[in-house]
Amino acid sequence: MSAEAFHIEVASDMVAAVASDAEPLPEIVVETRGLDTWYGDFQALRKVNLSAAKGRITAIIGPSGCGKSTLLRAINRMNDLVPGYRTSGEILLEGVPAPTDPAGVIALRRRVGMLFQRPNPFPMSIFDNVAYGLRLERRRSRRDLEEPVERALQRAGLWEEVKDRLERSALGLSGGQQQRLCLARSLAVEPQVILMDEPTSSLDPIATLRVEELMREFRDEVTIIIVTHNMQQAARVSDVTAFMLMGEGRAGELVEINRTRELFNRPQDRRTEDYITGRFG
Amino acid sequence: MTAQAGVDVPVVRPRGRATRWLGGDGAFRVVVTACSAVVLVTIVAMVIFLLVQGFDAMRHYGFFSFLTTARWAPSEATATSASPNPYGILQFIYGTLITSLIAMILAVPVAVSVALYITNFAPLRLRRGLSSLVDLLAAVPSVVYGFWGIFALLPALKPIGGFLASTLGKVPVIGVAFSGPYFGYSYFAAGVVLAIMVLPIIAAVCREIFATTAGSWKEAATALGATRWEVAMVAVYRPSRTGILGASILGLGRALGETIAVTMVIGNFVLSINKSILGQGATMSSVIANEFTEAVEPFHLQALFVVGFWLLVVALVVNIIARRIVAAQAAL
Repeated sequence: MSAEAFHIEVASDMVAAVASDAEPLPEIVVETRGLDTWYGDFQALRKVNLSAAKGRITAIIGPSGCGKSTLLRAINRMNDLVPGYRTSGEILLEGVPAPTDPAGVIALRRRVGMLFQRPNPFPMSIFDNVAYGLRLERRRSRRDLEEPVERALQRAGLWEEVKDRLERSALGLSGGQQQRLCLARSLAVEPQVILMDEPTSSLDPIATLRVEELMREFRDEVTIIIVTHNMQQAARVSDVTAFMLMGEGRAGELVEINRTRELFNRPQDRRTEDYITGRFG
Repeated sequence: MTAQAGVDVPVVRPRGRATRWLGGDGAFRVVVTACSAVVLVTIVAMVIFLLVQGFDAMRHYGFFSFLTTARWAPSEATATSASPNPYGILQFIYGTLITSLIAMILAVPVAVSVALYITNFAPLRLRRGLSSLVDLLAAVPSVVYGFWGIFALLPALKPIGGFLASTLGKVPVIGVAFSGPYFGYSYFAAGVVLAIMVLPIIAAVCREIFATTAGSWKEAATALGATRWEVAMVAVYRPSRTGILGASILGLGRALGETIAVTMVIGNFVLSINKSILGQGATMSSVIANEFTEAVEPFHLQALFVVGFWLLVVALVVNIIARRIVAAQAAL
């Protein structure tokens, strides 16, 4: 990722544009502008400007409680389920404001998949797990499902391991396999974006590496935003890294967003530097 | 702790008694074992008691002869004649099963829906109140249900019964089960009363089961673009199916044995099996409750004990079958 161009939105008070004129700007798929969120009276995010481009893996790092997950869950509106949650500012998907009406939100979630901290396959067969999202779209015969289910499992690198036991319960798989199954379940509906909320925090190092490899493999097709506690992981897999921190009143703020290598080697903000060098957090 | 020569090492003493008395373990074991034994002894004693009390009638008419007819006519019994057996009980077995079946068909879907609503759809401040209301239904004494059944439910069911008779009753084959006329006292009315009585049991157990389903399944389904209804189905209902069966069995147990409310609304017709659920009938428990105080004919009281014995058998068999189904479901 040497001379690649990056379109980068930065926290309101700082500008660090690194886009070069030589290459076209990458297509921004997810963007938040001045996003504020509250849980009741508590402001969880303040004026967050984040953008994630197609073909890039965007990592969000920062200490616990800085609003990383809230930001992620604001994008696919999972936070709407939390009583007292509200939001202001803009969330754009491919430049268009994300819908807020119930039907629109459901359509939005079909375009924006999510992977959670702990693998959460449904207590049903491997096949049915992957087919679940497809069946939500419309009724389909088993025959119609076989091809997309296989493709999704292939992309999640799980096909060879499970092709002979598609009818077995998904709960019989190992943790790493379960997480890749969840990945396949998300991929099956062909989302444009996959949000990953510390997807490897419950996995062993080998399973973690496997998931990271997969992310690199399909990042060209799906825009990935990953929240991680693990700075090494952000450095390993991501192209762009955003650093968040609790600001005034414990509200999460986006301090800096930049090319991953830049952010880790030449942080623009003192607070970023303190964090990545381990002086706090 | 090893003491070095010349160095004063403080002795660490264990807190509390130096040697603990372990006899409590043995005593505790004896107590819990004895209590468990009481359960077994009670059930065996009950079966023996019923058999002993009904022994004269069984010896006189034959052990299985009660199951061969559906006519209960104590006035036709004599001290000498043994055949035909005037104490046929098939109609009671039928009555017990059909009223319970009606109750389950009506109660299970409603109870599951109530539990789903409470756990997944009701606003938070409504949940507790609604739960208590459901529990309150279970606290109403059955005689009150019976009383209420006679004076409120029977008139209210009139149009429904009439409607069933004039629609389903006209359908070939299954029409027999719904043929009129409908007067009120009936298997149907008993089934409806039973449904209301078992509803809170099933709903309460389902509520507990639904509350234990993993929140992460809900998140997964929501994130895939499922509607609230779809989320509830995949993340709450589906993983709970075995539990719902178990809850239903608890309700079924109550329905099979419930006596007084059923006796008050079923009509106590004992001379044959009434093919229509809109007709009057009797159940095994209702005939016992209804007749034991005035059982003066030869073998009458003993025959009621025989009914009691078979009621126990039916309840056990239904329970065993139901448990098998649950076990088979759970294994899936």
